[in-house]
Amino acid sequence: MSRGAIIRIRGLTKVFKMGDSEVHALAGVDLDIEEGSYVAIMGPSGSGKSTMLNILGCLDRPTAGTYHIGGKDVTHLDDDELSSVRGERIGFIFQSYNLIDQLTVLENIHVPLFYQGKDLVDCAEHCEELAKLVGLGQRLDHRPKQLSGGQQQRVAIARSLVNDPLMILGDEPTGNLDSKTGAEVLDLMDRLHAAGKTIVMVTHGDEVAKRAQRIIHMKDGAIDREVVNRR
Amino acid sequence: MRASVPFRRIVQLGIKSLLLHKLRSILTMLGIIFGVCSVIAMLAIGEGASYEAQQAIKQQGSANIIIRSVKPAEGGGSSGSSGSSSRSSASEYGITYKDAGRIQETLPGIRRVLAARIIRDEVRAGQVAFPCQIIGTHPIYQEINRLQVVRGRFLGTIDETYMNNVGVITASLAERLFPSTDPLTQQVKVGADYYQVIGIVRERGIEQKRTQSGGGNEGQPLDSNLYIPLSTARSRFGETLIRRSAGSFQAERVQLHQLTVQMDAPDLVESAADQINAILVKFHEKKDYEMIVPLLLLKQAEEAKRRSNIVLGSIAAISLIVGGIGIMNIMLATVTERTREIGIRRALGARKRDIVTQFLVETVVLSVGGGLIGVVLGIILPFVVTAIWEMKAIITWWSPLLAFGISALVGVVFGLYPASRAAELSPIEALRRD
Repeated sequence: MSRGAIIRIRGLTKVFKMGDSEVHALAGVDLDIEEGSYVAIMGPSGSGKSTMLNILGCLDRPTAGTYHIGGKDVTHLDDDELSSVRGERIGFIFQSYNLIDQLTVLENIHVPLFYQGKDLVDCAEHCEELAKLVGLGQRLDHRPKQLSGGQQQRVAIARSLVNDPLMILGDEPTGNLDSKTGAEVLDLMDRLHAAGKTIVMVTHGDEVAKRAQRIIHMKDGAIDREVVNRR
Repeated sequence: MRASVPFRRIVQLGIKSLLLHKLRSILTMLGIIFGVCSVIAMLAIGEGASYEAQQAIKQQGSANIIIRSVKPAEGGGSSGSSGSSSRSSASEYGITYKDAGRIQETLPGIRRVLAARIIRDEVRAGQVAFPCQIIGTHPIYQEINRLQVVRGRFLGTIDETYMNNVGVITASLAERLFPSTDPLTQQVKVGADYYQVIGIVRERGIEQKRTQSGGGNEGQPLDSNLYIPLSTARSRFGETLIRRSAGSFQAERVQLHQLTVQMDAPDLVESAADQINAILVKFHEKKDYEMIVPLLLLKQAEEAKRRSNIVLGSIAAISLIVGGIGIMNIMLATVTERTREIGIRRALGARKRDIVTQFLVETVVLSVGGGLIGVVLGIILPFVVTAIWEMKAIITWWSPLLAFGISALVGVVFGLYPASRAAELSPIEALRRD
């Protein structure tokens, strides 16, 4: 089971200055996530899980502590290097899908590769495969606005896979979906996990958390408790 | 380090998003289009106007000093050329043969002095009569005034010596007087005398329309002239000229109407002009002459052109800046509108500079596109102006380049701020925005 930690966090601290007072969004978190695992991070709002997600996704930098992805220390990287890490090692799935409206399904899937300097013509096949994988092989030329919420989220999942990331980072991916389509999306995530992908999901829905192997409960910027699901 | 995004892809991205909002893009471009168009058109029209002025001056020769007899100022018009005064007393004024002699003798560096009498009268040929100028002058008139002999010959020294009744007419006069016969076999009649036509000339570089509009201030219509030897003119017309106009008489005694002093070199002209003035002042109590120094006029014209270029250029530059502000305005709105897109792109691996490039490309495409359209319009517009108002317009080779360069610069300068604002957005903030 343990195939080595793909994420290694030590003493992770994030302090926000709000006027005169300081808010400790994260107060010294230690966390290891193994390759191929499926982790859900839960907690009430204000527990620090969003901050955790931002730092895990290299969208933000910690105030203190260290963060390694796949053995690489990304704690002190500059903005450009963080952009590279995001583009090459992380696949994002957002609550509000975050597709680019003016691009087609195929082009949306291609975006992370675009910023790696790869032309769509050269990787169209790869992008198409992923679209088929998420069940949208017939809608390659559609725009996001022409798709339902569930379909859009599946495009986002395909996009998160296109750069073959070390982990897929989900931010409440079923939050905007009804339970049926939400379940379909989660089924898809299960299949990805089964195929060996590392998935980290921030959520406060139990339905989502149930599918994960590990559920990490956060409270006041620290890990409160951890539950391991046995299925 | 990973490979960066090929520039051409980013350009495609920018163009694509501009095409998505065609109307907005075109409206944004309008400012630049008008700016560039006006830069080129204004400079072309200014250049054309000054070219015309300079040509007219150059025609008179840059090494020449022209002295003209002018009716002294006494109430009425001082130009002495219009002759519409109603007084009938004989007035004596103007440059004399003695003046010509004095100038020639005293001044160093004179190449030659050309005297001319200019008489206005009707020239007849058969039943056709036509008002024109009879210019009594020396054979070198042709060379100094750069007359082009179309047919026959110009006046010769022999004509002068023997006071031959011969004349050379301008091409347009020839057409009017002899529409169907060969002018060289014909005679023209002025007053009671006949003159054999010996040649047809054309004044170079002077357009016909100047005789209709601008010719008046020169004191001579330029296209209906009869040239005869000075000696002939002196003997046939005498020195008292009676002019009839609107039922009144006007008698004038004028020895010479025009004296052209040609210097050896243009740089002698300025001091020579002062000296000539000093000589003439001594013998002329009234100011009954005027001196025209084409070289000085040329310098003035150049100075005037430089000034008008600055004025026109500033106006055009302001319109370009206004266009640039328009672009910046739209781009700032676009950045706000597309904050979320920027956040998504950043999250998916776009570096700040990728975002900067993307937005900068959009402004540069807008301004360069507008610049190109503006260049095309700016080149067309002067032709339209020329066609409608008969103004000469000259597009200098550098004005489209300048205008286009400025427009591209405007795109970069005014695009930089919106683009950097887009890039400086925190991806987290940007993603949160709706």
